[in-house]
Amino acid sequence: MKLLFERSRSGRTESLLPPCDVPLVEFDAGSLRAAPPRLPEISEVDLGRHYTELAKQTHGVNDGFYPLGSCTMKYNPRVNEEMAALPGFTDIHPLQPTGTVQGCLEVLAKTETMLCEITGMDGMTLQPAAGAHGEYTGLLLIRRYHQSRGDTARTKIIVPDSAHGTNPASAVMAGFTVVSVPSNAEGGVDLDALRAAVGPDTAGLMLTNPNTLGLFDPNILEITRIVHEAGGLCYYDGANLNAIMGHVRPGDMGFDCVHVNLHKTFSTPHGGGGPGSGPVGCKAFLADFLPAPRVDCKDGQYRLYTPARSLGRVRTFQGNFLVVVRALTYLLTLGKQGIPEASAGAVLNANYLMHKLAGAYQMAYDTPCMHEFVMTLEPLKAETGVSAMDVAKRMLDFGIHPPTMYFPLIVHEALMVEPTETESPETLDEAAEIFLRILDEAKADGASLHSAPRDCPIGRPDEVRAARTPVLRYEFGVAQ
Amino acid sequence: MGSYIPATGEERSRMLAELGLQSADDLYAVVPEQVRVKELDLPDGLSEMEVRRKMTALADQNTRFSSVFRGAGAYRHYIPSIVKTVTSKEEFVTAYTPYQAEISQGVLQSIFEYQTQMCELTGMDVSNASVYDGAVAAAEAVFMCQERRRSGVVVCGTADPQVLEVVQTYCESRSVPVTVAPVQDCATDPAALEAALTATTACVYVQSPNYYGVLEDVDAIVAAAHAKGIKVIMGANPISLGLLKTPGEYGADIAVGEGQPLGLPLSFGGPYLGYMTCRRELMRKLPGRIVGQTTDADGNRCFVLTLQAREQHIRREKASSNICSNEALCAMTASVYLAAMGPAGLRRAAENSAAHAHYLAAELAKIPGFGLRSTKPFFHEFLTGCPIDPDALCRALEPDGILAGLPVEGGILWCCTELNSREEIDTLVKRIREVCAQ
Repeated sequence: MKLLFERSRSGRTESLLPPCDVPLVEFDAGSLRAAPPRLPEISEVDLGRHYTELAKQTHGVNDGFYPLGSCTMKYNPRVNEEMAALPGFTDIHPLQPTGTVQGCLEVLAKTETMLCEITGMDGMTLQPAAGAHGEYTGLLLIRRYHQSRGDTARTKIIVPDSAHGTNPASAVMAGFTVVSVPSNAEGGVDLDALRAAVGPDTAGLMLTNPNTLGLFDPNILEITRIVHEAGGLCYYDGANLNAIMGHVRPGDMGFDCVHVNLHKTFSTPHGGGGPGSGPVGCKAFLADFLPAPRVDCKDGQYRLYTPARSLGRVRTFQGNFLVVVRALTYLLTLGKQGIPEASAGAVLNANYLMHKLAGAYQMAYDTPCMHEFVMTLEPLKAETGVSAMDVAKRMLDFGIHPPTMYFPLIVHEALMVEPTETESPETLDEAAEIFLRILDEAKADGASLHSAPRDCPIGRPDEVRAARTPVLRYEFGVAQ
Repeated sequence: MGSYIPATGEERSRMLAELGLQSADDLYAVVPEQVRVKELDLPDGLSEMEVRRKMTALADQNTRFSSVFRGAGAYRHYIPSIVKTVTSKEEFVTAYTPYQAEISQGVLQSIFEYQTQMCELTGMDVSNASVYDGAVAAAEAVFMCQERRRSGVVVCGTADPQVLEVVQTYCESRSVPVTVAPVQDCATDPAALEAALTATTACVYVQSPNYYGVLEDVDAIVAAAHAKGIKVIMGANPISLGLLKTPGEYGADIAVGEGQPLGLPLSFGGPYLGYMTCRRELMRKLPGRIVGQTTDADGNRCFVLTLQAREQHIRREKASSNICSNEALCAMTASVYLAAMGPAGLRRAAENSAAHAHYLAAELAKIPGFGLRSTKPFFHEFLTGCPIDPDALCRALEPDGILAGLPVEGGILWCCTELNSREEIDTLVKRIREVCAQ
């Protein structure tokens, strides 16, 4: 379909702003741009239709089942959106006097309190704008902690080989080097390898539990004990928190700090890749290092303050505030009963769907899962030539967003399925039927799946060409 | 109690039974008993109606100002109606990062269009799909400039102080030295800046219009830096670029900034977006998502996430950045805004903002003690003195629905946009006279 720039016609304008009611400023010619930017000139009706057409070529949670592992694509309640659109939140300048933003500050304080309770932490910052931003912030806390004790030899962060790619990348950004530890036969952390990896240079461990295989590590208390005894701290990657809310808390498992993804676990939408929000919680002994500013309440008045040994700012202002508004709306709706029920529902749905597929598809690990499970299509590929990619692409034809492909890296031909709690049993039954039907197709005529999808707006894109000869913007005046 | 779980109690029992389980607790049999939660200390869940009441009451506790003369990093501009309509579409709101291109062409094409618009606006070759905000964009840009023998950054002291703080946080952990160049007359003195540049300096960060609204002598700064093989990162308010010389025209290597003025509401600080554009030579160092054009199996034009060999999910600890989520929906907002405004509309927003600011500055200068602190040309923000306690002045204006400029060291930092009409400005000036006379 056409690009905005291809719909543009010179001189087509909209009357959005009035003429100026005071004299215009004569800037020095050397301060002005030579030519106007080639922004599209387009009527409102054409602009509206352009995006309606783009929307039709976009699959969101409201378009169908979205079992994208590790991403927790749960339903995004509409009331969240309405609350985040209240002018009393949207039309507030971030640098207004605190007396005029008591409602905003209370939103931050309430959310912090509830998230601390769910994670078992004592203090929190809502400033990080995404999960990876939260990881980075949490690692800076660990760094500051060791520095404050003069313990400058602690330069290494231990990360299991099943971890999200953001973990090692965040560790490097925070100034650490990464030590990878292998997984054991059950998919958990190899305790002997961990014992061998820790030492006086260990700054900390980053861990997701349940991990990216969808498995809860039963040795978790031993794992965090090993790291603590070596003088390191334990960081909980909250990407998979949706499995355990109200059942077990990172703080009780021995973690010292944690990030949560409001855009996964707490039902705020992903927006096609953001905005998210990645609050970071910590135990009391780390709270003085949290980013500035924090919120507290004195004599019934909320205020902002800078913690005593703050690591500084990781973003301007107070983070993605409207995302926090949505999460608080969700937290208030679910409350003490709904929160654990949501997690139990997520785990039930995942086990139910896994059970439906277990006879036909090869599971990476043959044990009950938490909120997601990982299949390996290696045997299928060996038998029929049909890859995880082929199966995923075929699912598109059935209106289902495929599972996460080729992750975690330690499982070959992986498909990672996370149904979430907001899907009905009928949806899971239908999805299981589609998975099984594709398996039949693979066995009957494997070659036909290499050209899937067949019924989408486009066929498989040539990704190699995109990377080898990058075209990253529209070229004006060049035939496309 | 609210819930978004469709399965009924009966259905859940049936599902558990199929799994050979008695109760939901059995799903957690693997969790060590001593750390199992008995009950969370949270309030009871609520119906949608009750939640709406509570949240609305919180929103009502905030003061909305009808006249806003405060900027300092967050700007209240007119937002065309079409912007909200488009960006509220459920498909865009509820989609994930467009990994599956076949069912994500809408999001991918919108990012490609955004990238093109940002390149046009900044005069650069390549744009990413956005980062968290303008400050993080500046920090990530510093990392793009790292070379084996050059790592330090010299930040012009006229940069937004919050941007400086974020850059310092990011640089501290990577042991990148940060030097702040001195401020004179609300601007950077190119000679003083030049003196701060050394053989190990990797880049300079200059913001223009700067924190005080002043247009920096970017030509001189770029010349000084490039003469020593040092890269220049220029921060710019995107609205100003509808009118003013672009980072590309100045010869900057990387352009960054806060994209919020492009159709995003103030929202108490976020979500916003950081834009990042650069010259083609730096393309593979650019962090974050980038969308590229290609063809599908039938040879038709389509769009995909590309150059992923830079990214964390492929490169892990060798990635150019850890960024995963960006601010895609905010980037779409900026893109719709720019399309709706067009080149003429954007220019008018810039011209009217500057005109209102200059009118206000001239009117304030007639009140003793409110003289301009700088003699340099400025865009839509400026610093004046304040003969009385600035906080007291702000408080006195609040009942009139006026949010005054921001009290900062040296006086008050004022801002106008196209929204601040002459009538609004006249009212403000009249009220200031009254307050000062008391």
